[in-house]
Amino acid sequence: MRQPSLHPIDERAAVTVHDLTVAYRDDPVLWDVDLSIPTGTLTAIIGPNGAGKSTLMKAILGLVPMAAGTVEIFGHTSELQRKLVGYVPQRGSVDWQFPTDALDVVTMGTYGQLGWIRRPGKAEKQRAMDALEQMGMADFAHRQISQLSGGQQQRVFLARALVQDAQLYFMDEPFVGVDARTEAAIIDLLKNLRDRGKTVVVVHHDLDSAPHYFDHVVLLNVQKIASGPMATTFTTENLERTYGAGKAMTREAVS
Amino acid sequence: MTSGTVILLTGILCAMACALPGTFLILRRMAMMTDAISHAILPGLVFGYWLAGSANLIVGAVGATAAAILTVTLVEALQRTRRVRGAEAMGIVFPAMFALGTILISRYFANVHLDTDAILYGNIEFSAFERLVWSGRDLGPQSLWVMSILLFINITTLTLLYKELKISTFDPELAQSLGFSPVLIHYLLMLLLSVTTVGAFTAVGAILVVALVIVPAATAYLLTDRLIEMMVGSALIGALAAIGGYWLAMGIDSSIAGGIVTMAGAFFGLALLFSPNQGLVAQRHRARLNKQRFALDLLVMHLFTHERTADEYSESSLGHIGAALHWSPDEAMRTIQRASDRGMVVHANGNVVLTEQGRHYVQRLSVMNRVQVQ
Amino acid sequence: MSTLHDLIFDYTLRNVALGGMLLGIVAGVLGAFAVLRRQALLGDTLSHAALPGICIAFMITGSRESLVLLIGAGIAGWIGTWILLRTVNATKLSEDTMLGVVLSVFFGVGILLLTYIQQTNNANQAGLDKYLFGQAASLIAKDVATFAILGIASLSAVFVFYKEFKLLSFDPEFLASLGLPVRRLDLALTSLLVVAVMIGLQTVGVVLMAAMVIGPGTAARQWTDNLRTMLVLSGIFGGLAGLIGAVVSVQANRLPTGPSIILALTVIVMASILFAPEHGIIADWWRSRTRRESFKRALESGERP
Repeated sequence: MRQPSLHPIDERAAVTVHDLTVAYRDDPVLWDVDLSIPTGTLTAIIGPNGAGKSTLMKAILGLVPMAAGTVEIFGHTSELQRKLVGYVPQRGSVDWQFPTDALDVVTMGTYGQLGWIRRPGKAEKQRAMDALEQMGMADFAHRQISQLSGGQQQRVFLARALVQDAQLYFMDEPFVGVDARTEAAIIDLLKNLRDRGKTVVVVHHDLDSAPHYFDHVVLLNVQKIASGPMATTFTTENLERTYGAGKAMTREAVS
Repeated sequence: MTSGTVILLTGILCAMACALPGTFLILRRMAMMTDAISHAILPGLVFGYWLAGSANLIVGAVGATAAAILTVTLVEALQRTRRVRGAEAMGIVFPAMFALGTILISRYFANVHLDTDAILYGNIEFSAFERLVWSGRDLGPQSLWVMSILLFINITTLTLLYKELKISTFDPELAQSLGFSPVLIHYLLMLLLSVTTVGAFTAVGAILVVALVIVPAATAYLLTDRLIEMMVGSALIGALAAIGGYWLAMGIDSSIAGGIVTMAGAFFGLALLFSPNQGLVAQRHRARLNKQRFALDLLVMHLFTHERTADEYSESSLGHIGAALHWSPDEAMRTIQRASDRGMVVHANGNVVLTEQGRHYVQRLSVMNRVQVQ
Repeated sequence: MSTLHDLIFDYTLRNVALGGMLLGIVAGVLGAFAVLRRQALLGDTLSHAALPGICIAFMITGSRESLVLLIGAGIAGWIGTWILLRTVNATKLSEDTMLGVVLSVFFGVGILLLTYIQQTNNANQAGLDKYLFGQAASLIAKDVATFAILGIASLSAVFVFYKEFKLLSFDPEFLASLGLPVRRLDLALTSLLVVAVMIGLQTVGVVLMAAMVIGPGTAARQWTDNLRTMLVLSGIFGGLAGLIGAVVSVQANRLPTGPSIILALTVIVMASILFAPEHGIIADWWRSRTRRESFKRALESGERP
């Protein structure tokens, strides 16, 4: 059984990635990435398709093996810091026909704290309910998940991450395929989390909205192109280097 | 003809006839439909025999084909209710049909000529003794006639519909737009599969039909990427399996159908291991080369990134390289050796330094071309 | 009344009924997970792949003991699954193709071995072929006890790791992000399915096992949107089919047990798809009819619908 880790929190950086290389069947997906994400920021990971955005997130979470480099979360390995991390996978990665309701999905966020075998009880259910409430989904608690709209499903996923009560959140493309109301709810949530001192890292692909939603940015295309505060990093020059002047964007170039 | 020759010929013809449609089933990811059909024809066969009052080949075949088509229709109807997925629909329909067939046999048609073991593994052993008799004349072994006709039907149909099948398999929407209805082609293929299954059923039994349809085609698919080669290849592999399996079964005095499938399985295993492109051995070899190249890339890239930076000295020490790149000391030494053999690095005093040639190599690395690095 | 009397006092009927019920419950619960994880036809492949295992276990030990043969079956099923997954990962062959390849090749090898054993004139050999079609009547009290132990053990495992198995089936990526060992849990759940198939071989045989794995879960899914209820219902439906099939086959003369169980199960599945109150086809049809009519009435009365 896992106990919550009580390692001191590094005040400066929530995530430190050093010389990270990730390969799929020995072909590099991420190459020699060095970056650090300051605590208390809203950071977007931006780059073209196949740039390794999701892979970077999964490598930080310890979900894919690293070929080289190190990752630290608040100064320790991600293995030790699981309890401090919340994760929102892509909505398309699960089967929404699964026989379960919104409340139950959100309750899954407590499984990490519960550890093996122990079942969620009243306290966990209540916390799940509160999280649904916060996402404006309380009325849908007992709705079968396939009967929710795309935006509502995304809010359920976010509520599940809230229940994890983490210090650091990772969200994989939360804005994809959601309605305007959900988009606004997600923005509110992100700002709220930041105001409470949490750090949020989001894989994002919409260049227009990025500067309005986030204060930090990581520009990625297999290698890290640039990272830092939005104002100084999200420049035309850096974007051109990320997306290339056309020729560099073909997939063959990766292999 | 000796009885051995008849059995061998029946096996070869049967294996070739089955393998041909198998190619398309595999490419359309419908291999398990063969399994469903081969079991589900049982009640139709029994019903046909009952109607004819004897094990009449034609009536039995008509009944079995009807049952096969009923199965395909039922599976698709269930799927269309959107309450079950395709695989589940198959897994519900074919056991029900098979169960129905078994009950019919045991309950009402115990006198019908149908041995339950033969349902599962056929009786190719007796193929020389069942003769085709037409108005009093012995025209030779019935199984040879059946298998020859079957092979003829399959070759003709697949040759005539080759273009249509090919296009509707790879791009159903294009096929539709060109006026070849993918639905019609789908049902034609299902009909062909049903006829093949029914014909081969008597020789090798229900489950081994599945093997002869799927396994040679899967083996050929491991060896080639071209459709026409895959079809011819699967027929050849099927024929070889029939020959090898016959001798294997004779050698240890056991089921010939079992021997044929075992041989087909052995060929599949060989292809899986040794196919030049898809084979596991070749893949392993490629992975090793790739890993070495990748390790080399990693090393020079690491050195390149830290060149002329504050931590250059510490990052390029022998000990640190291994730790940073997750290598054992052995692995690190081997890679550094390989790099210095190629003149990309030199190492002295416990530090590794990039050469001009190494720097040049880094700049040509494919990942570097992806983005413009200053 | 006499059926109830026989169920309690008739040795054969009692064993067959208990065996069928146990199989139905265990296969129902574990099959429900297989259906949810889109591994519906894995049960079919596992049961066919078991045959060479049974033969080899017999050739090595010379024993006809159910447990010995079933352990052989389980190991063979496992190797088959391993080859399946390994090949699908490494080559361009699809899962559907590999299900068929493993199923038919293992079975073919099994037939070769089985006929070989039969030719070698071993007095002990009679009885191996009961695993082909299943021969519930050959179940003895000891077999049923073995099944009961295996069944209770696997159901307990599902109970204990319910939360983990649920998350594994719904969102394995999130499970991994919590630091839980996804691969080991996956292995455990698949192994439990292997156990369910082992229990079924002697009762319904290799061919019909597919339905025992898929049927109960599919039926249960129509009645509920809750996983816990679905698992319980799935067990009940499976058990019910086992019991009804067994009783009917023993009472009605000359009716083979395995097929009777499968037909009972098919009736349950079809009835569920048609009549289930929420998801059933008839309920669906009724709802859309009512909606159409109220719309029509609204139009006729000139109000806004």
